[in-house]
Amino acid sequence: MTLELQSLSLSLGGRRLFAPLSFTVRDGEIVTVMGASGSGKSSLLDFLCGMLDRNFTTEGRVLLDGADLAPLPPERRRVGILFQDDLLFPHLSVGENLAFGLPPDLRNRSARRAEVARALVDAGLEGFESRDPATLSGGQRARVALLRTLLAQPRALLLDEPFAKLDVGLRDRIRSFVFTHARAKGLPTLLVTHDPDDARAAAGPVVALASLSDGSLANGGEPGSS
Amino acid sequence: MSRRRSIALACGLFAAVAATQGAAEPRPVPSFAEAVTAANGQTVYFNAWGGDERINAYIDWVGDQLAERYGLTLEQVKLSDTADAVARVLAEKAAGNRAQGSVDLIWINGENFAAMKEADLLFGPFVAELPNFALVDTEGKPTTLIDFTVPTDGLEAPWGMAKFNFIYDSDRVETTPADAGELADWAAANPGRFTYPAPPDFMGSTFLKQILIELAEDADLLQRPVESAAQFAEVTAPLWTYLERLHPTLWRDGRVFPTSGPAQRRLLDDGEVDIALSFHPGEASSLIAAGQLPESARTFVFPEGTIGNTHFVAIPFNAQAPEAAMVAANFLMSPEAQAQKQNPEIWGDDTVLALDRLSLAQQALFAEIPRGPATLPPDRLGPVLLEPHPTWMTALEEDWRRRYLR
Amino acid sequence: MPLRPLIALRLRPFPASPLALVPLLTLLLFLVPIAAGLIGTWLPAFGFLPNLGGTRFTLEPWARLLNDPALPGALTATLVSGFGSTLLAFALTVGFAAAAQGTWAYRQATRLLAPLLAVPHAAIAIGIAFLLAPSGFLLRLLSPWATGFDLPPDVATIQDRYGLALALALATKETPFLLLMLLGALGQVQSPQRLATARSLGYGPVTAWLKTVLPAVYPQLRLPIYAVLAFSLSVIDMALILGPTAPPTLAVLVFRWFNDPDLALRFVGAAGATLQLLVVVAGIALWRLGELLVARLGRRWTAGGARGGSGRTARTTWSGSLFAVLTLGLAGLLVMALWSFAGRWRWPAAWPDSLSAATWSRQLEPAMETGWTTLLLGLAAAGLALLLVLGCLEQEQRSGRRPTRALWLLYLPLLVPQVAFLFGAQVLTVSVGLNGSFTALVWSHLLFVLPYVFLALAEPWRRLDARYLRSARCLGATPFTVFWRVKLPMLLRPVLFATAVGFAVSVAQYLPTLFAGAGRYATLTTEAVALSAGADRRIVGVYAFLQALLPLAAFAAAVGLPAWRYRRRRALQ
Repeated sequence: MTLELQSLSLSLGGRRLFAPLSFTVRDGEIVTVMGASGSGKSSLLDFLCGMLDRNFTTEGRVLLDGADLAPLPPERRRVGILFQDDLLFPHLSVGENLAFGLPPDLRNRSARRAEVARALVDAGLEGFESRDPATLSGGQRARVALLRTLLAQPRALLLDEPFAKLDVGLRDRIRSFVFTHARAKGLPTLLVTHDPDDARAAAGPVVALASLSDGSLANGGEPGSS
Repeated sequence: MSRRRSIALACGLFAAVAATQGAAEPRPVPSFAEAVTAANGQTVYFNAWGGDERINAYIDWVGDQLAERYGLTLEQVKLSDTADAVARVLAEKAAGNRAQGSVDLIWINGENFAAMKEADLLFGPFVAELPNFALVDTEGKPTTLIDFTVPTDGLEAPWGMAKFNFIYDSDRVETTPADAGELADWAAANPGRFTYPAPPDFMGSTFLKQILIELAEDADLLQRPVESAAQFAEVTAPLWTYLERLHPTLWRDGRVFPTSGPAQRRLLDDGEVDIALSFHPGEASSLIAAGQLPESARTFVFPEGTIGNTHFVAIPFNAQAPEAAMVAANFLMSPEAQAQKQNPEIWGDDTVLALDRLSLAQQALFAEIPRGPATLPPDRLGPVLLEPHPTWMTALEEDWRRRYLR
Repeated sequence: MPLRPLIALRLRPFPASPLALVPLLTLLLFLVPIAAGLIGTWLPAFGFLPNLGGTRFTLEPWARLLNDPALPGALTATLVSGFGSTLLAFALTVGFAAAAQGTWAYRQATRLLAPLLAVPHAAIAIGIAFLLAPSGFLLRLLSPWATGFDLPPDVATIQDRYGLALALALATKETPFLLLMLLGALGQVQSPQRLATARSLGYGPVTAWLKTVLPAVYPQLRLPIYAVLAFSLSVIDMALILGPTAPPTLAVLVFRWFNDPDLALRFVGAAGATLQLLVVVAGIALWRLGELLVARLGRRWTAGGARGGSGRTARTTWSGSLFAVLTLGLAGLLVMALWSFAGRWRWPAAWPDSLSAATWSRQLEPAMETGWTTLLLGLAAAGLALLLVLGCLEQEQRSGRRPTRALWLLYLPLLVPQVAFLFGAQVLTVSVGLNGSFTALVWSHLLFVLPYVFLALAEPWRRLDARYLRSARCLGATPFTVFWRVKLPMLLRPVLFATAVGFAVSVAQYLPTLFAGAGRYATLTTEAVALSAGADRRIVGVYAFLQALLPLAAFAAAVGLPAWRYRRRRALQ
């Protein structure tokens, strides 16, 4: 699986957020996109998962496995995303949160339960099915959030500064937990961050997202150019 | 008179409706036997003034009886003013609704009956078909056939007898007034302790008529329609002079009036006034029994006579269930229903029946009724004064409004 | 290399759906009856109503209206009670919020708001009528030992000429509404920061609030205040119970004309209804002028630099006044509940001679029947309103467009006096054969229920963290699944609260029930108002109590259900 951006750029009200981006993320590879706040990082991710506000105009294309993503509604893109906050649904138990991610075509109830249980073991949270997510620690919640995303069987993973709010001590552990899983699943992964540590840990190509707001031309282009 | 104009207006309108829809044949009146058959399963919307819970409870009882005996459903639509339902039937006729009306049976008399009769809003004549009508005392109680000077013509079935009387707190009133003049004297001596409901509430209007009959130089004129504004002004001048004197001595200086008879009776119970008005000689006893008037409540009438009338039920021309309405009207005149109604613990409304036409068993039903502590014996109820022609009432209400609703 | 767009496309992430029609449908449901009702009232006001024989335009109805002896008195009572109650409610709201911010009283008052908000106007009026009457509860408490009254004094403490008792009762009912609206608005203007800034410059707390917070929140209070003013100037049920009788207020006068068997008076009534609309429009315009004047003076005052004191006196005064008014409303209800269990209870006893359940056992059956109608009607209207509001909000969220202008339209049924268009709307329902049907009844309630449901639900709905929705979509959930499995459950509390608000509004409706139901449908409110005119106070007590109980139960359910459902979900408690 590969995620391919071809001369992609976004504009709002006739103003471009960043210079056109062209790069490819191969399976198991983690590409880091770095940029100052307001450079359009979040809009880029919104666009990739299909949730971009309709006031934006886009140019260029994004291909996943060679197919254009644009015509697909978000729920059919199978692009997983993790945010700064874990966004576990507060009205569901931990187990229900995980089951929410499972594809509906897995109908057998005991099979679904088994998948959830397996994911919990994977996160080191065995037997946590009926727990209230509000009672988990930050690290536990972050792991559940990743596993919920992975249970949806994504074809690519987007990470929107997912470690920014974690304690420094915890950050390394969660980071490696996420990266290990992304690599193991062979997912092309796009990490958006402004933390150089994240980029270093990802050990992949880095793309700098240059803002065009001051009129200067972007230098962003090829992976590994920084 | 605005009433006449409105009716003329309505008639013109109905002519227009008839012209567009073809001449409207009056609906046929079934025989009673046919009515009983058709009534099974029908629902009668009985539009009846709903301001008295005891009467509502009685109507509930009637509903239960009708359901049991005839398989029909009686739904009381509780009106705050009977005119509301009359207006609704008028509006329905204007809209061309000829058999799907919202009113099946209406509790009515006086000006509302006159208005409905004149505007052809009534079904029938049907009363002669009702077997219990033969038991009605049409000779001894002529008001069962003449409603406020207007002949009933079989368009409304008599239901109960009313006679104007006063309820007073005997702990606070020592000598009861014997006529209108004494009443005003009493009010002057006891300022703020008497009032009457604001017309057009029927109790308030009746009070005006009672005073007018007493004070008018030629009370016989009142039995005929108002002839002119000048005649009305001349005949009613003594009444307005009387009210000018009375009002400053009334409760709230005559600037606030209770909205209805029951409202004034509640004021009596609250101790805000000492005298209230009633249309049912047995009502005071009945209210004592219900814990709504003090034990010391008693009644009095003017020895020279007070207004008496009959109240009826009628069926609008466009009733959905005229058959069931006939069955209900007949039951309301039955000895059981009439005796139940006359019991002061239930309602205390006098019967329209001639007791000598009843079987002994039926007579016994009436003999068993207790009279109650506040009810005057029949020989002390005084003579019945006849209701004036409805045009007087309409004009009185309008003039009262002009003078005092400011 | 020059930037060359490959393709420029405008993203339409969601396909058009029937949902897109919901806002339009909602507006039509609103606007058609109101517009038709207004026109159907204006035409007869100028003599035109062919069904009743009015075939040419004439000013005669206006001449009769303006020459009516009752009009001057009615207008006076209307203006005094309408403006009096609105000014009082506004002063209490602002005075309390400014003076009592952050105190114990402030937190307690907010608890009293919801129940008072839930209780129908008629029940409040019935309770206050018995409290304040010369033979009422307050004087019974004090007589004869303190007052020396052996008999109730002959003073019009209720049904007074100018509608002062009516104004007080209206204020009791409207103050909680304004306070609740104010509390909602405060959250959006960063009032703590504003206050902190002003206090650090040496301003006393009350002065700081009035100078820095009030100008910021007032724009958001404006529509609710106009709605309160419009309602107070045209209320019927409360005026029937507490208002003057000879003459009554304008709205009651018009109401009587519409019900008079003399058809000619329909035209006068239509003119009166139109005058009522003009009174409300002029009233709002006058209030707006007052706003401008106060704003100008206020700016000078603000710039004057006066710092104000500690506000201790103001705190006592305003907290005391607010609690007095709120207590009046609640105490009235309790006393009416006591009446329903009373044996004999005559002046000047402060407590019934005996207590029994006799009234309840006699009245329960008929009252239950009426209660069922009320319940079904309320559930139907509130349920329908909820569906439409959810549809509108969902469409708004999916299309990303937020119709700000529509808010005024939403307030329309709250700003246009009911008597000004219900007669015309009745003509409409008669002509399509709907008059007196349950459909017409639900529809008429919907007009007044829907705005409140929308007001109660819109903010929580819009505030829901959109990233949850995004997250769910990226996990493969369709918009429909997101709606059912994420939004609704997460917003269960505001959804149920909004439904309870709608239900309470429906239970309180008097005039729409009479007009659209053609007198065939009795609700607890129509019964309570009818009975209050003179029936046994014990029975009035039963109806007033049930009338208050039903919406209170709905609110209790709206609070209790989510609390129970999410008792193991800490984040949702």
